[in-house]
Amino acid sequence: MSRLFPYPVLAAGLVLMWLVLNGFTPGHLVLGVAVSIVAGVSMSALHPAKPRLRRWDRIPQLVAIVLYDIVRSNIAVAALILSNGRHGRRRSGFVEIPLTLRDPLGLAILAIIITATPGTAWMQYDARREEVLLHVFDLVDESAWVALIKGRYESLLLEIFE
Amino acid sequence: MTPMAEVPLWAAIPIAALLLIGAGLTFIGSVGLMRLSSFYDRIHAPTLGSSWGTAGIVMASMGYFSVLQGRPVLHEFLLGVFVTVTTPVTLTLLARAAVFRDRTEGNPDVPAREPLPPAAGAAPADGEPS
Repeated sequence: MSRLFPYPVLAAGLVLMWLVLNGFTPGHLVLGVAVSIVAGVSMSALHPAKPRLRRWDRIPQLVAIVLYDIVRSNIAVAALILSNGRHGRRRSGFVEIPLTLRDPLGLAILAIIITATPGTAWMQYDARREEVLLHVFDLVDESAWVALIKGRYESLLLEIFE
Repeated sequence: MTPMAEVPLWAAIPIAALLLIGAGLTFIGSVGLMRLSSFYDRIHAPTLGSSWGTAGIVMASMGYFSVLQGRPVLHEFLLGVFVTVTTPVTLTLLARAAVFRDRTEGNPDVPAREPLPPAAGAAPADGEPS
């Protein structure tokens, strides 16, 4: 069984996606399972590191925080664009944030969170120095951003992944 | 456009509101993309369209077709997920290229690689030809 489904979560996700896209019929269920077997076996040929989730129960909390922050920063950035950057007084800039998180999947999710939140952009991650360079659209206080990213997102991701 | 008349008012109002919010945010993002002066500032504007711009339009579409067809239509949700998950790939590619170019040119606005200057400067006022 584990030869056919080396990544059970991926396989389940693919079958679910197939049924959502094509509508539920027994034929599509069989086809979806076939697709997920092919995808799972080809995925295992790439030998990706198997993600380890330590705390599933923290994921809803993270999703809720991120959705709320995305709404808030959408409003903030839209207001800044419409007011012409507080009438020319907005300053943007780079912030370097030292990270404790080292799990590749955790870093990928942090990059998605930071990119999906308007006003912050993930520039580059330096694995040797364990630092990420962010660009912040409305930079008032650098240390506040470091505290925000580390306290709000990284601590939860550390609990989930490490 | 006749099927729109079949949507009851209680559904039409939230659907229209979501559609307008999504389209409005995407529009503001596009205006920002045009008006902001530096590359790093312009990177932020389209994220309005790729976050709640997309989400608003996707939720309006899910609501509209669910009401019209009388069953939950959910596949648009996948659109939102994949737009969100794939945006960082291109964004990071563009950002790294820009940072690399600015560091090579010794542009003072980008923090240097070696001992870091105390504060990163603001965006250049004059901008750059894009």
